[in-house]
Amino acid sequence: MTSAVSFKQVSRHFGSVRAVDAVDLEIAPGEFFAMLGPSGSGKTTCLRLIAGFEQPTAGSISIFGERAEGVPPYRRNVNTVFQDYALFPHLNVLDNVAYGLMVKGVGKAERLKAAEEALSLVRLPGYGARRPGQLSGGQRQRVALARALVNQPKVLLLDEPLGALDLKLRENMQEELKSLQKVLGITFVFVTHDQGEALSMADRVAVFNDGRIMQVGTPEDIYQRPNTRFVADFVGSSNVLPPDFVQRYSGQRRWGSLRPESIRVASATSGDGVAARLVGTNYLGATTRLALDAEGLRLHAVVPAGTALPAEGEAVMLTFNRESLHLMDEPA
Amino acid sequence: MRSDRGQRAPLGLKIAAACGLLFLHLPILLIFVYAFTTEEKSFVWPPPGLTTQWFAVTWNRPDVWDALSLSVRVAAISTAIALVLGTLCAAAVSQTRFFGREAISLLVILPIALPGIITGIALRSAFALADIPFSFWTIVLGHATFCVVVVYNNAVARFRRTSGSMIEASMDLGADGFQTFRHVVLPNIATALLAGGMLAFALSFDEVIVTTFTAGQQQTVPIWMLEELIRPRQRPVTNVVAMVVVLVTLLPILFAYYLTRDGDQIAGSGK
Repeated sequence: MTSAVSFKQVSRHFGSVRAVDAVDLEIAPGEFFAMLGPSGSGKTTCLRLIAGFEQPTAGSISIFGERAEGVPPYRRNVNTVFQDYALFPHLNVLDNVAYGLMVKGVGKAERLKAAEEALSLVRLPGYGARRPGQLSGGQRQRVALARALVNQPKVLLLDEPLGALDLKLRENMQEELKSLQKVLGITFVFVTHDQGEALSMADRVAVFNDGRIMQVGTPEDIYQRPNTRFVADFVGSSNVLPPDFVQRYSGQRRWGSLRPESIRVASATSGDGVAARLVGTNYLGATTRLALDAEGLRLHAVVPAGTALPAEGEAVMLTFNRESLHLMDEPA
Repeated sequence: MRSDRGQRAPLGLKIAAACGLLFLHLPILLIFVYAFTTEEKSFVWPPPGLTTQWFAVTWNRPDVWDALSLSVRVAAISTAIALVLGTLCAAAVSQTRFFGREAISLLVILPIALPGIITGIALRSAFALADIPFSFWTIVLGHATFCVVVVYNNAVARFRRTSGSMIEASMDLGADGFQTFRHVVLPNIATALLAGGMLAFALSFDEVIVTTFTAGQQQTVPIWMLEELIRPRQRPVTNVVAMVVVLVTLLPILFAYYLTRDGDQIAGSGK
């Protein structure tokens, strides 16, 4: 099967800066794909390479089997929802949405009808006559989405689509984007630095760092079985365990990761487990996050709210199931 | 609007402000009054009598028409050149980063900061050096040097307030470079260009110094007026022409002022 987007050893260097460095990537048709990473990790540059705003320094990119290098953005069947939405302030909402069809020469009646339908799709029917300046942030984003979708792209690119929205709106939009993607069956590629967003929305996630992809997998893969210290730490702040520590519990001298929610904390000074001291508690509502000091190794545990907690500074014993200790591929 | 409505300005301040305004504008009114005087050899106050005959006389003077037509053509073509060059330069400086960008920005603005006499001498010696005879086009070139600045300043301010991703969005939606310029860039900078163009037109229309160095034997309106004052003959005709010049330059400047004032809302609303 042809990939929706395929990167083969793609690099994009800006002078001495390797924004994207020898990246291999296959995105399947109809997939909801997330590019996750800290700022400056190359995820946005990858998105811009797919959109055509950047050209690769080396390597080859194909979109549904067609070579994309040298093809300008306006000849790609790919549309983008920009981080700042980039709506045209001099046009009303309906003309904004119809813009793509207008420049392709679609007749006025036909393109306005299609734009109206796209607005209904993003649940903004009847907003066509307004100016972008009269809309809220969430509404502008829906317009940007409709403006991209009206062109029936093969791939929809979303650059930090929810970054500028407040928490409640963001949660609603997450669900909405997900169901929209299911209904339309279009390949969605979105860039985010929020691991919660990537895990909850995407079918597969690529974790970026320093212009390279550290790991690609389902959210569960990434979360439960990180392959490097970076992924373990960046995706959900897992406890990264040094090889010496891991050797004591698994017999293998490798880096390991242990999810905070896999650690059980008991008030005890002796018995089986890892002796530690409670150095801080952080109330998070449904859970409480504990900061622990195990002979110089800083660990975090997450326990459900309502669990009886030892006092700060008290000695505790930590236990965990052997199978929740994940061994990483990264060499010790 | 004042928010502290109860507090009134002291009387002395009001009188000073009124005197200041009168000092600025009374002489201009005098010029208008002299356009209607019956005395043609010299300006006598009060005018011995009032007449509108000078409008008819002016209308029938071919030298007035020649000067007016030359001024309008020079101003129109200088403005057109300035619109193209100023916009291109503003786009380059505000949309891209390159080595020497600040230097170019400074060099473009410099002609308006330099005294006109320096620009004039410089151009005159350059034309002499290159063996270019004085003509309509040497005047246009001289005027374009400062007209470009006005357009550039207006366009650069507008470009800075326009979201850069708008151009990418347009390309992304399938518009090529020309379509993007036509449907996105131009509508967003149009009022700034109109304002800049009008200011440039007005500047060119009443320019004297650079023109004296680049015109040769031709007379634009301001130069014609200077000549008229030196050898008096139907003096009030100069005043009639002065009224026309005031109107021709004042109206565009006022209009440009209103356009750029409203422009703040037009370009800033995209987020």
